[in-house]
Amino acid sequence: MSALIAAATPTTTWYMVLAAVLFGIGTVGVLVRRNPLVMFMCIELMLNAVNLSFVALAKRLGDIGGQTTVFFVMVVAAAEVVVGLGIIVSIMRKRPGANVDDISALKG
Amino acid sequence: MELVVFVFAAAMILVGGLGVVLRSHPVHAALSLILTLFGVAVIFVSQEAHFLAAVQVIVYAGAIVVLFLFVIMLLGVDRTEDIKTEPFKIQRPLAVIVGLGVIGLVTAAVITSRDVVATRGAGIAEPAMTDPDSNIRQLSRSVFGDYVVAFEVTSVLLVVAVVGTVLLTRKVKPTSKESQ
Repeated sequence: MSALIAAATPTTTWYMVLAAVLFGIGTVGVLVRRNPLVMFMCIELMLNAVNLSFVALAKRLGDIGGQTTVFFVMVVAAAEVVVGLGIIVSIMRKRPGANVDDISALKG
Repeated sequence: MELVVFVFAAAMILVGGLGVVLRSHPVHAALSLILTLFGVAVIFVSQEAHFLAAVQVIVYAGAIVVLFLFVIMLLGVDRTEDIKTEPFKIQRPLAVIVGLGVIGLVTAAVITSRDVVATRGAGIAEPAMTDPDSNIRQLSRSVFGDYVVAFEVTSVLLVVAVVGTVLLTRKVKPTSKESQ
């Protein structure tokens, strides 16, 4: 049993498959949920899945560029969350408890 | 040993991810998101991305999720919402099919390109990330050397985001010129 555990070292493929599953979960969340805040969280899940595969490939290929990309993805994700939450706050002030179906017409 | 770390981190990530999608209370979804982010940070450490693991915990779990929770509390949507009713009957089955399709296609692509990754990895001469301190040194050389233009553009992006958010969320005074 211990020999089996020692033999089964996770390869890069495992990490990539884990990232794919996390990305799929995020996709389903964006498509299914109606609360804009929860949809935002699902977008964060998808961004994290991509970061995961970048870091795994950076280790595998011995190239630091993958980690640099993850750094920039994190910065852009932070800016995106700030702007997105600002939009959600300004919408929710006018219509408390709105979900994304209520604001599909873009008419203020 | 790496297997144990991988299994635990993967369990954290998947349980947290499913929690974000399935929990009907937004605060519970945000806390599940923290679980996922910590799992990703654990995998970052095991993949020798130490600086990114620290940034993941500080920026994502520390700042972004707190921002989410702050907005949830501010807007007063911290109550259980009804996720049983679905206006479009076909949407949920279609969404699950799309999600499984994405997972299946990406997994198939990863598994078929396994050999390509292996050969390219062998082709890079310099073995990176061997010295424990080298990760942050290499990352800083990359960010402030090769990608310094992108780094500067990032600062512009952050300023634009801050100014835009302030403009979006401030209340327009009724005595301003625009309303006359």
